[in-house]
Amino acid sequence: MRIALFVTCLGDTLFPETGKAVVRILERLGHEVEFPAEQTCCGQMHLNNGYREGAAALARRFVDVFGEYDVVVAPSSSCVGTVRELYPQLVPDAAELGERVFELSELLVNELGVEDVGASFPHKVTYHPTCHSLRVTRVGDAPMRLLRNVRGLELVELPAADECCGFGGTFSVKNADTSIAMLADKCASIVSTGASVCSAVDGSCLLHIGGGLERRGTGVRALHLAEILASTEEA
Amino acid sequence: MTNFPSAARVELANGQLRANLHHATQTIRAKRASVVAELPDWEELREAGRAIKADVLARLDEYLVQFERAAQTAGAQVHWARDAAEANAIVVDIARRHDVSEVVKMKSLTTDEIHLNEALAAAGISALETDFAELILQLDGDWPSHILVPAIHRNRTEIRDLFARTIADGPLTDDPRELAEAARVYLREKFLDARMGVSGANFGVAETGTICIVESEGNGRMCTTLPPVLVSILGIEKLVPAFADLEVFLQLLPRSSTGERMNPYTSLWTGVTPGDGPQELHIVLLDAGRTRVLADEVGRVALHCIRCSACLNVCPVYTRTGGHAYGSVYPGPIGAILTPQLIGVENAPLPGDPGFARRFALPKAVAINTLRHAVDLGV
Repeated sequence: MRIALFVTCLGDTLFPETGKAVVRILERLGHEVEFPAEQTCCGQMHLNNGYREGAAALARRFVDVFGEYDVVVAPSSSCVGTVRELYPQLVPDAAELGERVFELSELLVNELGVEDVGASFPHKVTYHPTCHSLRVTRVGDAPMRLLRNVRGLELVELPAADECCGFGGTFSVKNADTSIAMLADKCASIVSTGASVCSAVDGSCLLHIGGGLERRGTGVRALHLAEILASTEEA
Repeated sequence: MTNFPSAARVELANGQLRANLHHATQTIRAKRASVVAELPDWEELREAGRAIKADVLARLDEYLVQFERAAQTAGAQVHWARDAAEANAIVVDIARRHDVSEVVKMKSLTTDEIHLNEALAAAGISALETDFAELILQLDGDWPSHILVPAIHRNRTEIRDLFARTIADGPLTDDPRELAEAARVYLREKFLDARMGVSGANFGVAETGTICIVESEGNGRMCTTLPPVLVSILGIEKLVPAFADLEVFLQLLPRSSTGERMNPYTSLWTGVTPGDGPQELHIVLLDAGRTRVLADEVGRVALHCIRCSACLNVCPVYTRTGGHAYGSVYPGPIGAILTPQLIGVENAPLPGDPGFARRFALPKAVAINTLRHAVDLGV
């Protein structure tokens, strides 16, 4: 099975450790992961802001770059959602490829049938189910199943978990005040759990939440699910 | 026009508003979830609602004419209004012909949409809002911020002070019963004196020419039965083909809107009945942009909306900013796809990120994919 990593633009530019973690997990499970260097942004930003043609060009490129792989994995439910849900409107042959594109937890639990990836992370963790992962990509409880099998990890429930964190891509730039109001509620929920780490499957939301937690001096870290799953007793 | 981000900034700074919105929207959400869960055929009902609306929109030309004929046969006078100005002129004219200087109104988004009260005021006619929340807003020169709960942004103490300064006979506490009683005493006199009532409509039945309104307070029934002249303004998309179709919507709307199995008052009237109720019924069929929306293959789905307002209560933007930031009588997700189509994208202040909205699977009474349409419409 040829697996390609779609690292996403945020992963590439802001969170390279997340992409590396995805590779480490899959290699630990005996898979090889390729990284096609020609990949670009999926075009979600363009699409959401009305630049349909710009998005179509990126969709075309995505199909060209990833079309030959059996499976494409990304550490982002948001970008996977764009490929699966919106690409077919832009590029006709994207629908078939979309069925082989997975967010990491979906790939592990639903496709590979793995819930214990041999990880160790002795911390109190709460999990924020991001909007895209719940309602567009629909990863279900796959992330929770994976977290429950991590050695030493204490998983605590997040109140009002399905409330948006306020990021929303360019929404957070265009509507900063509303975005911050939403973030304030999310940070309060996270802090109320007493967790030292808040995890999610989207770097974009974690960027927003992490900023909020840090500015408030909470001492709580925002960390991608992949980085928790990549952690072992050795490292 | 203030843009959405700037308007939102002002609203977000209002702690009272934030607290009220959170409490009210969470309460309604929980009530809705519990009554929706009682119905094993809820999704089938939503789908039936969608199918009926799709049929109405596909054959609206026929249904409108059928409605007009049935209403006329039952004794109503039917008027056609191309836009807000025409609709307002029709109402003003009716009031003038009866030499009426005050009309009693029931809560109606459609009349807010066309700014009927302002048009009446310009003609020297005062329009009294008789819905409790609408009355509060009118007495204070304020305007609605939620489709169902227009005064969601106000609290009891504010209302006590307002009533004490405007309509109350004596001292008041902020006990809700006392506040309601003050409004009741004030309104009862107005109802008994009123010579003309104005209403909107939840549904119009093409088959029979019947108008249907659902409400909680009973003030609407006063408006539609006591005055000798009644004017009902109906957006042309409000039709259902047959009386039996109400069965679907009268289940969907209260459960999705107020979270009740059935709303306290459901009023239906068909033309004029000698010796009973208004002896002169005028129905104004309002276009005001709806035909243009209907012509748009993607956008027309917004005309399926029956104003249940469930989408407002789950919207993370609406539940923080409230309705005023949207600068429209239709706020929240449904407003984001309806308002720009009715008045033009350039005139509608919007959060402006449909991709953001796409991530929320919104509850609503009628099965429509609001958010996919927001993306496709680019609003």
